[in-house]
Amino acid sequence: MFANAAVNNAGSRRRRDRIAKVVLFLAVLLAVIPLALIFVVTIANGIGSLNIEFLTTTQPLSFRQEGGGFLHGLVGTAMMVGIAILISVPLGIATAVFVTEYPDSFLTRPVRFFTDVMTGVPSIFVGLFVYAALVREVGLGFGTLPGAIAIAILMLPIVVRSAEEILRLVPADIRNASTALGARRWQTTLFVVLPAASSGLITGVMLAVARGAGETAPLILTAFGTAYLTTSLVGEAQTALPLLIFEGARLPFEAAQQRAWAGALELVALVLLLTVAARLISGRNRARGH
Amino acid sequence: MSATTNRPSSIQGTTRGRGADAAFRWIVLFAGSLVLLILAVMIASTTYESWPIFAKEGLGFFTSDTWRPGSSRTEVTGDYGALAFLFGTVVTSLIAIVVAVPLSVGIALFLTQIARGRARTLLTYTVDLLAMIPSVVIGLWAVAFFVPNVIYPVMQAVNVIAGAIPLFAEPVTVRSIFAAGLVLALMILPIITAIVREVIATTPPDERYAAYGVGCTDWEVMRHVILPRARAGIIGATMLGLGRALGETIAVLLVIGGSARIGWGLFQPGQTIAGQIASGFAEASPEGINGLIALGVALFAITILINMGARFVIWRMGAISGDAAL
Repeated sequence: MFANAAVNNAGSRRRRDRIAKVVLFLAVLLAVIPLALIFVVTIANGIGSLNIEFLTTTQPLSFRQEGGGFLHGLVGTAMMVGIAILISVPLGIATAVFVTEYPDSFLTRPVRFFTDVMTGVPSIFVGLFVYAALVREVGLGFGTLPGAIAIAILMLPIVVRSAEEILRLVPADIRNASTALGARRWQTTLFVVLPAASSGLITGVMLAVARGAGETAPLILTAFGTAYLTTSLVGEAQTALPLLIFEGARLPFEAAQQRAWAGALELVALVLLLTVAARLISGRNRARGH
Repeated sequence: MSATTNRPSSIQGTTRGRGADAAFRWIVLFAGSLVLLILAVMIASTTYESWPIFAKEGLGFFTSDTWRPGSSRTEVTGDYGALAFLFGTVVTSLIAIVVAVPLSVGIALFLTQIARGRARTLLTYTVDLLAMIPSVVIGLWAVAFFVPNVIYPVMQAVNVIAGAIPLFAEPVTVRSIFAAGLVLALMILPIITAIVREVIATTPPDERYAAYGVGCTDWEVMRHVILPRARAGIIGATMLGLGRALGETIAVLLVIGGSARIGWGLFQPGQTIAGQIASGFAEASPEGINGLIALGVALFAITILINMGARFVIWRMGAISGDAAL
């Protein structure tokens, strides 16, 4: 169709080209407008209630009552995400080291494939598993620790995949140089490769944390939610910002929804702060292997 | 950098360090196998807990729509037919795919082929940002603003124009399968876009230049050079997006209306598997919870199959990391 078309239908082809570009631009608008709306609506609805009181108090006993805040959610999120980091980051980076530094092992390919697969496991299923295995079978009960473990399982494949990508970018030269100086493999890995990749590793961890902090579904089944501030690891139900937002979104009361909006703004600010910081640390728009 | 001393052989010279490399290898090998172990235990434990339900219902779990959990602690007394939830999950995910895939391909083409310089960076960043917004925030925004103010009027208009078609028939409710599908579409759009963008980036520049060389317009290059090459990647991205859509819980739960219903009308409420697990959990009896775990196992099996297929397709393309899907 390209051959001798230019003479006869150059005009119609140019018109078609222009129409196609307009259509593609409309597609972009259709994605960007809702995103802009999410920010505008969340800020407009949340900014009025997101004040010092909201950040430092817990919610009133009645959902209908105005005022109060989500301090208990912030504490719960911080605790669960903190513990999830302690679990998933060492394990995830060690796994990434295994996959990149020992490519010949018989386990390397299965581990890579199944960490990929794990990124697609529905988060609610992870919640069900932690409930069935730890909350019920082991008898931990609802609380901070089961919630943290669920978040850790969801963060793990993200940490592994991003760390793997970064470790691959470490030049072979500095590995060789280290080996030539007489360092053992573990010394090369721990003292040369990982420090060289540290900014990229931090970026990946922050993105995983941003994802983990926004998880809601698995927490319903593991932390369960509470209206009170608690810092115990087990034995007491825990709550989190996403859980409180979810609860508020389902309630018909004006005051509860008001708090949900403020909580949503708080959570979005938290997540975006982490995301932007991660991007700044990585120093590039997207640290993909191109 | 502590390895760079003046006496490089001092460590290797001692017997003390001889086992260190092997030990290190075992440690990271252990970490790697732990990931596999977690996945295996997840499957084993949930399957074990829900086995009595599957054993009692058999194929009826997928073919019956009677979900009436019993209240026993030790045996299975209720009815567990997941068809209505399966229906809701599949239909909302299909709507999401039908809407999101063409949009994503369009966006990816625009970002890689048309947008230039700062506009490209900014738009790429913006679409990526959409993936980072927690689903509960999207859910709140959807149920309190987007669905009642934007989607509902659209549904009403479509109903007025095409109400004779069963899909768009009365009654039109704010919380509906259609609304859930559109919200899902928005949520899977960034993932699909990111992968399609990666796929497009692998098109050899020579072929594009050759096409431009014989006088093709931008659109003709996209249509006849880039898209045919990207087909496998788009299929992989679609499957990955589908996997996401099937498992998404919170945002869907907030806008779908939560009624176990099978029927033609897209503008009416429904319920998904994930939504039923999350909303039914707090009030479920011990037996009912096993039923919910059975739902989870079914959902897991479906998503994992689709995911493995997607990974397989994307991995086969080689040059792509598939990493954009994080």
